[in-house]
Amino acid sequence: MTVTGFFFFSIAAVVLISAILVVVLRNPVHSALSLVLTFFSLAGLYILLNAQFIAAIQVIVYAGAIMVLFLFVIMLLNLDKEKRVGEKHPLQKAFGIAIAVFLLVALGSIVAAGVLYGNKGIHTDAKVSAIGNTKAIASLLFTDWVLPFEIASILLLAAIVGAIVLSKKEL
Amino acid sequence: MMIPLSYYLILSAVLFTVGVIGVLVRRNAIVIFMSIELMLNAVNLSFVAISRHLDSLDGQIFVFFVMTVAAAEVAVGLAIIINLFRNKETVNVDEINIMKW
Repeated sequence: MTVTGFFFFSIAAVVLISAILVVVLRNPVHSALSLVLTFFSLAGLYILLNAQFIAAIQVIVYAGAIMVLFLFVIMLLNLDKEKRVGEKHPLQKAFGIAIAVFLLVALGSIVAAGVLYGNKGIHTDAKVSAIGNTKAIASLLFTDWVLPFEIASILLLAAIVGAIVLSKKEL
Repeated sequence: MMIPLSYYLILSAVLFTVGVIGVLVRRNAIVIFMSIELMLNAVNLSFVAISRHLDSLDGQIFVFFVMTVAAAEVAVGLAIIINLFRNKETVNVDEINIMKW
């Protein structure tokens, strides 16, 4: 097995195990911490895919900002472990897993059928490495995608205002 | 060795399914929220893998926007959960049925 293959399979194993732990663990703090591990290992996969900028913002935005927000909210709410008693819908687990397995089969058959295709772009690995991944993304972001970029800033402003309005007791 | 695109897509599909299981099975609103983040990340992985496969950077720019939207969504969603906890003293989604007629 080559070095890349070794890294891919070991990181993929970490991603899957920690993602399953997020769902399985009963203490929300433990779930949040294994979600952080998932995000970090996904950043490793992005590095393998030659997407260094995405890997960096994955660590900064997801593992840093978003997960700190989650942990703060868990801390503020002072949650106990989820109680096992009082399941209102006894079949919920069975149905949920059945639906998920069906979804996995559907997604897997799409991948196996190999129906995904598209036109090749101009940003080959060699070309992107020559100018740098971040620079290449930035030049696209500020030319072709400048309107969505500006709209994203308005969205973030709206989210800030919305979060403050929602969490303030009275204005 | 180049890892085939299908490996990444299968990994992304499994990750997405784990997120779906989390949303359907768990009853803690915060864990459901984290499972939604898992699904978003699964899609991000597909985006980056396919963008590499097609020699294009558009997928990575999409991931950038997905992360922006996810950040906004988390801020507002967690504020809603805090409000729910203030009013109902619980984050168990079975007990939050004020919108049910």
